[in-house]
Amino acid sequence: MKFSKTLLATTALTVAAGAVAAQEMSDSMTIVSWGGAYQNSQIKAYSEPYLEMHPELQISWDESSNEAVAKLRAMNEAGNITWDLVDVEAADAIRLCDEGLAMEVDHDEILAAGEDGSSATDDFGDSIVSDCFIPQIVFSTTVGYRTDLVGDTPPSDICAIFDLETYPGKRSLNKRPIGNVEWALLCDGVPKDEIYDVLATPEGQDQALAKLDSIKDQVVWWSAGADTPQLLADGEVIMGSTYNGRLFSAIAEQDQPIGMLWDAQMLDFDGWIIPEGLPEDRLARVKDFLLFATDTQRLADQAAYISYGPARASSAPLVGKHAELGIEMAPHMPTDPANATNVFVTQYEFWADYRDDIDAKFQAWLAK
Amino acid sequence: MTTGTPMTDASAEDKASGPMLAADGTPLKKSLARALRMEKIRASMLIAPLLLFVLVTFIAPIADMLFRSVENEIVSDTMPLTTEALEDWDGEGLPGDAAFEAAYYDIFLAAEQKNHTRLGTRLNYEMTGASSLFRKSGRGLDDIGEVYQDQFEDLNKDWDEAATWVELLGDPDWLAEQKEWAASEEGRQPRFKLREGMDELLPVTSREYATFARYQQREERKNLLEEEPWSAVHTALYEDLAAGDMSSYNGPRADMLKAADELVAGADFETVTFRDGFEEIDRDWVKPEIWRTIKLYSPNYTSGYFLNSVDMQLTPDGVEARPENQRIYIMLFQRTLFMSMVITFSCILLGYPVAYILSNLPSRTANLLMILVLLPFWTSLLVRTSAWKVMLQQQGVINDVLVWIGLVSDGDRLVMINNQFGTIVAMTHILLPFMILPMYSVMSTIPPSYVRAAKSLGATNWTTFWRVYFPQSVPGIGAGSILVFILSIGYYITPEIVGGTTGTFISNRIAYHISSSLNWGLAAALGTILLAVVLLLYWAYDRIVGIDNVKLG
Repeated sequence: MKFSKTLLATTALTVAAGAVAAQEMSDSMTIVSWGGAYQNSQIKAYSEPYLEMHPELQISWDESSNEAVAKLRAMNEAGNITWDLVDVEAADAIRLCDEGLAMEVDHDEILAAGEDGSSATDDFGDSIVSDCFIPQIVFSTTVGYRTDLVGDTPPSDICAIFDLETYPGKRSLNKRPIGNVEWALLCDGVPKDEIYDVLATPEGQDQALAKLDSIKDQVVWWSAGADTPQLLADGEVIMGSTYNGRLFSAIAEQDQPIGMLWDAQMLDFDGWIIPEGLPEDRLARVKDFLLFATDTQRLADQAAYISYGPARASSAPLVGKHAELGIEMAPHMPTDPANATNVFVTQYEFWADYRDDIDAKFQAWLAK
Repeated sequence: MTTGTPMTDASAEDKASGPMLAADGTPLKKSLARALRMEKIRASMLIAPLLLFVLVTFIAPIADMLFRSVENEIVSDTMPLTTEALEDWDGEGLPGDAAFEAAYYDIFLAAEQKNHTRLGTRLNYEMTGASSLFRKSGRGLDDIGEVYQDQFEDLNKDWDEAATWVELLGDPDWLAEQKEWAASEEGRQPRFKLREGMDELLPVTSREYATFARYQQREERKNLLEEEPWSAVHTALYEDLAAGDMSSYNGPRADMLKAADELVAGADFETVTFRDGFEEIDRDWVKPEIWRTIKLYSPNYTSGYFLNSVDMQLTPDGVEARPENQRIYIMLFQRTLFMSMVITFSCILLGYPVAYILSNLPSRTANLLMILVLLPFWTSLLVRTSAWKVMLQQQGVINDVLVWIGLVSDGDRLVMINNQFGTIVAMTHILLPFMILPMYSVMSTIPPSYVRAAKSLGATNWTTFWRVYFPQSVPGIGAGSILVFILSIGYYITPEIVGGTTGTFISNRIAYHISSSLNWGLAAALGTILLAVVLLLYWAYDRIVGIDNVKLG
């Protein structure tokens, strides 16, 4: 009798708490993302189904993820946070967390458990790179090449970038050190598990730049993800690095004569952060949205619109077909076992320390 | 005194006739002054909205941004005790134990406030590795305090109770007020007050508990009666017990304190020196570099950012040039100035004939042609820049045409983009209207009769142009050049897209530091230098050409 009374009381309390929470949730929410196909996949997979359940909500999208770090800092200094949820790369999430601009969260508390019963922390695994970071997708920086311009033996490993004899012609690389220096050392004979140790020494940094120097006059440097697919399509370069989703859309959606490598792909994560200092009603809304938008099914749904892998392990088996082309998406995910035979996971802590230093050297080398 | 007489006469006359009066009887002088003052007030009220607007939205933010180039309060704000402890350190070897102790309390508090990573990021600009060092230390410092916390707790569970600490350290009156407040939790929490004499008996503990209390009351808004202190307070208590004598104490919790004192004096009491604790966290703490960096950047204002932006650095031994493989900024400043000048001259060369033709055509045709000049001006900047990419790239329109007519072979197509050439071409095109418009407006005011007069006096076409027409058009060239030069020196998006590695400007680095590396201090210093260079050139221009000779229309 006593037990059922307690149960009743608890239920009543929970219901009351639920009702209070629902009342206190804000009716509008500003989500910041990258625009383009990626934002579209988020709208289709997350916000449209959520809006069906909450018709009173107004969601506005802001395509400012590119300059999110600087803008969040400016908002924080002005004391007026206008964003509720921001999509950033893992490295930016760490920086925002370090700067105290993003809110630290308890992943197991605010995120749903995996559909297979694993806790959120276990389900997301290594992708939780910071206490502020709520992962969404796994993407990779990898290399695409023109199938008609690389001769009879298309490249099969990453070092083709540095092989001017077999593959003469221009290549495009990212105009920042991250990714390039790791590949350079790898192709200069440094074992994979020692790369960051070597890169931490001035000699190692010089070694990486010397390797890059051997192809410097054949490199077109890109600063936007769309550059390499465009350069490949124009025949300006014969191979180049970019994000795997960009290559997928050039190959599968636009039918370009482009092939891609998965060898030594640089894995990276993208996800949400909640800005520090949100008022309670807006925070309640964001938490409610996040609980829905990061569950196992929603992350798997997103893969129907873009070829980035869901960050939850439990989502992988649920990845289906492309929403328009009808092709199976699983083989195009960077996390697919067949693609993930040789994977590089970017070491964020290393880059947080060495970015200023290596970047200065890299820029000085570029300008020479 | 011969000059005295007329003066006395004049004043006598004044007095006789009295001051000149206005219609209402007030002295005319006063009335005029009042009228003028009213007019001035009215005039300044009219411009006040604009003035305020400019001040608030333009001058103040710029001044605030430029101020960041020297501002450096973060180090002394976050580590006040350490800054003080390092004041007398000579920078040789490692600092004394006092510095480690100070750093422990500073970083402990900073980690609770989540400020330590921010400081780490700041110091990482100067010393590679500081970022992760502080991140690690924030997590690791708990280990030191927990050694003491656990032992005190084992002795008496009450050491982990909030009540023990407020009774031991809190002022009785304050405690009563706090209890009263806690009953309702309404209004403001009474601010924590130390009990008299405690700062002498337990100096470190008092300081650390007061810090803890301030943080809980002000920032977390928690009730002190319910919050057991963090482990830094236990560490402080150990320090006080080890240093002082508790036997004369007979206030609240005297038994507990005396028991703890005995425990600390005992041989079994486990201790950790701060230095060992820090070494445990990371060996970098027992190397002098991090301490030198902290000391070097502890003043509230620093020249470090400005030195960085001219490829120098602040070191304990004074100002030094950066290693050669990290020098970029001077080179980028030079390149920016040089390329802006080239762009300005190309604009003059291309714009002058166009402006001349426009100003000499009948207005119907001139207007039509003017639209052609303005049309690209109305097109999006990004579209125009990207169009140049299509034109100039190796598989682009110009190279295709050249290959087709046989001027260059298919194998060695010209490289015209992603270098300085591409930047100059694209920016000349984009900035051309800014040159043509002022030139045109000046040229159309030159009376054609002067040219006719020169010719009728026997001058050749060239002499007429060079001696009569050109001098009158110089103000237009001046105005156009200043506009184009100043615009191009701060240009950012076009060099970013078509500049490759050799055609980028200093503004691209500023943008990088603002939006990507978040080193706003360095960005502000670079921006300040750029502003100073522009003002200097403007001043030189004024001295050589004269700013009065510039006409915008």
